[in-house]
Amino acid sequence: MSNIGTAGDPRRQPPGEDFRTPLKRARGLGSGKAGTGHFWWQRVTAVALVLLVAWLLGLVVSLVGADLATARAAIGKPWNTIALALLAIAMFWHAKLGIQVVIEDYVHTRWAEVALQLINTFACATGALACLYALGRIAVAVTLANS
Amino acid sequence: MATRERPLSPHLQVYRWQITMTMSILHRATGVLLVGGAFGLAGWLLAVAAGGESYAQASACLASPLGQVLLFGFSAALVYHLLNGIRHLLWDIGWGFEIPEFYASGWTVAALTVVLTAALWIAAKGVGA
Repeated sequence: MSNIGTAGDPRRQPPGEDFRTPLKRARGLGSGKAGTGHFWWQRVTAVALVLLVAWLLGLVVSLVGADLATARAAIGKPWNTIALALLAIAMFWHAKLGIQVVIEDYVHTRWAEVALQLINTFACATGALACLYALGRIAVAVTLANS
Repeated sequence: MATRERPLSPHLQVYRWQITMTMSILHRATGVLLVGGAFGLAGWLLAVAAGGESYAQASACLASPLGQVLLFGFSAALVYHLLNGIRHLLWDIGWGFEIPEFYASGWTVAALTVVLTAALWIAAKGVGA
């Protein structure tokens, strides 16, 4: 046979036909990639956020109407900066996991779903990093003001 | 593999209203809303870091009527999502799976949301005054 491996090869799979078994097509989809990772980290961040948000509400109420120096001094206290950094990471991680499920549930057009999932991941990562950057800058400003 | 026509769940409106269905959809709705709040918090921290004009603008926005309405919405959503989240965590450890307990914990969360949100704003106005 002179046509082996060419488009004329009768053994070649016709385009558009899928010879894979249903099991082969299902493998690697859904929770097959990360197992219980999504469920687990949603709960871990939730437990962290119960504590951190309860604390945050107290801090925010204490800063109502505060001027810049007061707000910076409160946020720039070492343990407050650390707790706010933990909050930023847990909060945006939890947000990313939650919005991911909302997109999975309601967006059924593949390209739109992939695009929204990317935007979700990038936006939440940016939000968390923006918080960490701001906290670092406030901590430095407070340190310089006190020295 | 042939795809069989499988029976589908009837539409939601045929069910009698129960508090559990409202709590469930509100948990998701407040969660989505709170992502906006999270970015708001990030923006406020950036304004505190930048200082000067940025902080003055952020403070003015938060004090404006629209800012106050948004803040109230975020605070109520946060309190609700926090309390109902605790309810979810208790289910995760196997607590409260009897139907009367679902209703009792649901109404408890609803009542505590109102009480705690009000307490938060009374405290905030007390500090700000």
